[in-house]
Amino acid sequence: MLAVKKTMRIEWLLAVRFLKEGRAQSFFMLGGVTMGVGVIVFLTSLITGLQRSIIEKTLGTQAHVVMRSPDDEARRIIKPDSTLSVSANIERRAQRLSSILQWQQIMRELEKRPEVTAVSPLVAGPSFAIRGNATKSVALMGIDQEKYTRIVPMASFMKEGEFRISANDAAVGTDLARELGVTLGDKIRLQTADGRSETITVAGIFDVGIRDLNRRWVFITLRSAQNLLDLVGGVSSIDVTVRDLFKAEVIGAQLAQQTGLTAESWMKTNAQLMVGLKSQSASSYMIQFFVIISVAFGITSVLVVSVIQKSREVGILRAMGCSRRRIRHIFLLQGGVVGLIGSLLGCGLGALLVTFFASTARNPDGTPIFPVVLEPGMFLIAAAVATVTGILAAAAPAVRAAKLDPVVAIRNV
Amino acid sequence: MSDMSTIIQLADVRKQYGNDGVTTEVLHGINLTLQQGEFSALIGPSGSGKSTLLNIIGLLEQPTSGVIRVSGRDTGTLPDEELTKLRGRSIGFVFQFHHLIPAFSALENVMMPLMLEAGRPTPLQRERAAALLTRVGLADRLSFKPAKLSGGQQQRVAIARALAANPPLILADEPTGNLDTAAADEIFKLLFEVNQESGTTFLIVTHDPRLAKRCRRVIELVDGQIVA
Repeated sequence: MLAVKKTMRIEWLLAVRFLKEGRAQSFFMLGGVTMGVGVIVFLTSLITGLQRSIIEKTLGTQAHVVMRSPDDEARRIIKPDSTLSVSANIERRAQRLSSILQWQQIMRELEKRPEVTAVSPLVAGPSFAIRGNATKSVALMGIDQEKYTRIVPMASFMKEGEFRISANDAAVGTDLARELGVTLGDKIRLQTADGRSETITVAGIFDVGIRDLNRRWVFITLRSAQNLLDLVGGVSSIDVTVRDLFKAEVIGAQLAQQTGLTAESWMKTNAQLMVGLKSQSASSYMIQFFVIISVAFGITSVLVVSVIQKSREVGILRAMGCSRRRIRHIFLLQGGVVGLIGSLLGCGLGALLVTFFASTARNPDGTPIFPVVLEPGMFLIAAAVATVTGILAAAAPAVRAAKLDPVVAIRNV
Repeated sequence: MSDMSTIIQLADVRKQYGNDGVTTEVLHGINLTLQQGEFSALIGPSGSGKSTLLNIIGLLEQPTSGVIRVSGRDTGTLPDEELTKLRGRSIGFVFQFHHLIPAFSALENVMMPLMLEAGRPTPLQRERAAALLTRVGLADRLSFKPAKLSGGQQQRVAIARALAANPPLILADEPTGNLDTAAADEIFKLLFEVNQESGTTFLIVTHDPRLAKRCRRVIELVDGQIVA
């Protein structure tokens, strides 16, 4: 430390010495920065954690991107001709359930892409679940168990039995099970609108946390669903998960272009949620912005007073060969040093607050309500922002100090 | 115009202070030349413009009109950066109220002009500062902060500091103004000795006719004009 001090540039030496001399003032500036950065770190990690947990919950039962065949379009029979005016009302066609052409090859292509982590085929369509006198409308989910569980971790949602999908075995939601009065091992008849039917055995009962899905989802094999929905050898959609959640929209568009299918990302499916998250982030940024502003005002006002108190020293330094530029730097450095040290303390304070908060706010089962996220990147940004803020806040006092007339400054004892 | 031994030359220097439309001329066309090795007193009644003249010679203040040459170089057109450099190299200051920087030790205060010149402290500066403090009789006070030193001791530190950059000219504004007679005599003796040893030019503003008499040249300023 002493060796460092010996070779410290004179601006640094003076800045650090002035800060040490005005102990109370430096303390207040540091306190302000520390608390400001602490609040920012606390808020950021809380909101990041909160948003991440919301997204995780939402995406627990969804693929990031769903690929489907493009919609059937009604085609003109008469070609439009410039010499001929045609009045035509083109009606939209009713969309029949259709298979993705060459889906196996498309899946292989998708799996090759580095940003894609899992791909799963799905045959989905409407059906009735019948047991005794009860008839319920359900959504058939024909899946490849191994592939599908890599997209939606069904095993973790099981209430009874296990997620085992085979020729006979199927899984239903808790609400459907209750409405039909079935338990493990009971049989349900599935019947589609055009009369095809099949009987399944309940091997597992799940609760995905969303009542509507618990009431409607019936998991069967790909082959059973293909038979029931008259889609032999075909699939209705391909589910995809990607490495970076928030790139789902962009990657989806790329996949769509590559395969000629349509792609719908979770961000579009959950547009409301995205709006909510974005406005939450916006309000958090707003708070952070004003915290930074008030910290900056604090630094500025303390340094303005300090410049007045130090005007004699400034005058002496000027007389001894210290240029205006150097005087300016000395005060800018004071702001920067306060910003940097304060931000380091603030990062510690914020981390402490967050950890404490997370340890007190717990679910009844002891798991934390907010999975707090402390990222090194956030600390780096906070430290950089605080340091720059410190320097900017010191700008006005520094300019003022540099403008001091040495004669006046020396005379005012 | 100026030979090698001329340290500073003032030609028809005027200084006006003006506010609210009323301008007062403090200095009315000063012509003054200081030669190397001169030991001069600048005397005159209060309000005669002594301090203003000293500040102008010290490049701390700009004259309203007139020319100031430091070692033959016209200073009128120099930007702040250059002026500051020239001041640091050519002129040492000893103020009335021993203006030391309270946050720094005696040694560091003496090193200050050197650190400002070099941009950072070096062991060589430390040696020179220690030698100068030893010269002014403060060898055992190197690490003392100004607040721990007596008035006379502080003024000795200030003199050592003025000598640090080995400037050809030292300006002293009532260096003994707030010291008792014994301490004032000692300081004056020290200044005189330094002048003898190193040939440094001194210009000393003083109220004390007793001390002024001991200077080889006495410049008297009355109402902004040199009368003697």
